[in-house]
Amino acid sequence: MASMKDIKRRRSSIQSTQQITKAMKLVSTVKFQKAKGRAEQVHPYFEHMYRSIVSILGRSDNISHPYLTAGESSRKAVVVMTANRGLAGGYNSNIVKLLTSQGFTKEDVDVYAVGSKGKEALAHRGYTIKADESEIMEAPNYNDAKALCDKVLESFSAGEVGEIYLVYTHFKNTVVHEPELVKLLPVEFSDEELEGKEESKLLMNYEPNPEEALNEIIPKYVTSLFYGALVEAVASENAARMQAMDNATNNAEEMIEDLSLKYNRARQGSITQELTEIIAGAEAIS
Amino acid sequence: MAEIFQVEIITPDRVFYSGSANMLEFNTESGEIGVYARHIPVTTVLRPGIVTIHEEGGEKKAAVHGGFAEILGDRVTLLAEQAEWPDEIDKERAEQAKERAEKRLKGKEENLDVLRAELSLKRALTRIELLK
Repeated sequence: MASMKDIKRRRSSIQSTQQITKAMKLVSTVKFQKAKGRAEQVHPYFEHMYRSIVSILGRSDNISHPYLTAGESSRKAVVVMTANRGLAGGYNSNIVKLLTSQGFTKEDVDVYAVGSKGKEALAHRGYTIKADESEIMEAPNYNDAKALCDKVLESFSAGEVGEIYLVYTHFKNTVVHEPELVKLLPVEFSDEELEGKEESKLLMNYEPNPEEALNEIIPKYVTSLFYGALVEAVASENAARMQAMDNATNNAEEMIEDLSLKYNRARQGSITQELTEIIAGAEAIS
Repeated sequence: MAEIFQVEIITPDRVFYSGSANMLEFNTESGEIGVYARHIPVTTVLRPGIVTIHEEGGEKKAAVHGGFAEILGDRVTLLAEQAEWPDEIDKERAEQAKERAEKRLKGKEENLDVLRAELSLKRALTRIELLK
């Protein structure tokens, strides 16, 4: 049996860990509330943008545009959104796992890392890190998303990459957040999405002309997806950390209880032993 | 009385306006246009400018900067990058931005991003005009 001193030391170390996890949980709860509010505000734009693009393309016949057809290059640009900090349960590793399980050839992937945890993990696995935009994750705003979008689209237009993907954590609600992989370019929608919608199949007109309009609209679409994904990722990150820290605090509580019980037993044991010794000594004298 | 239709103006950070209108005026790539109900479907690119929403009870004006518009028969959606009501605009800041942009355009510095300077001038002018 461990000595009283050992148990005591162990218990106090767990106690201080618990204080840290508790504090981290409180901090991420506050951050999460903020991020959640933000995600809810951004959602309508995200949603409308998606719906508009579907409806615009659904009403257009056979427009050929560079953004709608795959580039010749077999390389893929993947924007990976993770956290800059760990201690968020499976949040970061789930994203990395999702990407590595896609069956993309490692050599053909250019990673645009947003979030240093994802960058480190993917660099370790041998992926090419094309750009590191991790500081965006601290406080994402629309202009950051735009800058990122410009960068990715530039390499698409230049023919360096043929497809653009986005990996991020979709924020469903406080407890459910799932990693998701979205294909951004070339823009593709399933036929059901395009068909199911339209009441009247009037053809869409473009001002000034389809080419120019799509030139403007598609980058905005991509930017809005980036922005929406950034905001959702921040919300998911904090929600994941909140849960992880809550679990850690609970586990610490359990261990402390267990150790307290052991400590009390050990203390009682040593008292009993002392008493038996004294009594035995007294009996021997008389 | 003209037919009414749904108008929505949405920016990345909020639903800016949602309601119904008789007529909607805004500035596009190919000039200022006015839209009534039952317009043919058009997708067009927005330029910085003033959006006038003619509601049943009166009209509302707002500054909208960049984005695109999806016009359908019974519904117009403006997906704007930025939008402001008159009372949200800081006049002094707009004036300063205007001067700065003008100076930059006149100065012809090297590697000047002309397009960007022009856009910010346009934005500043829109804001100032809206306040008048």
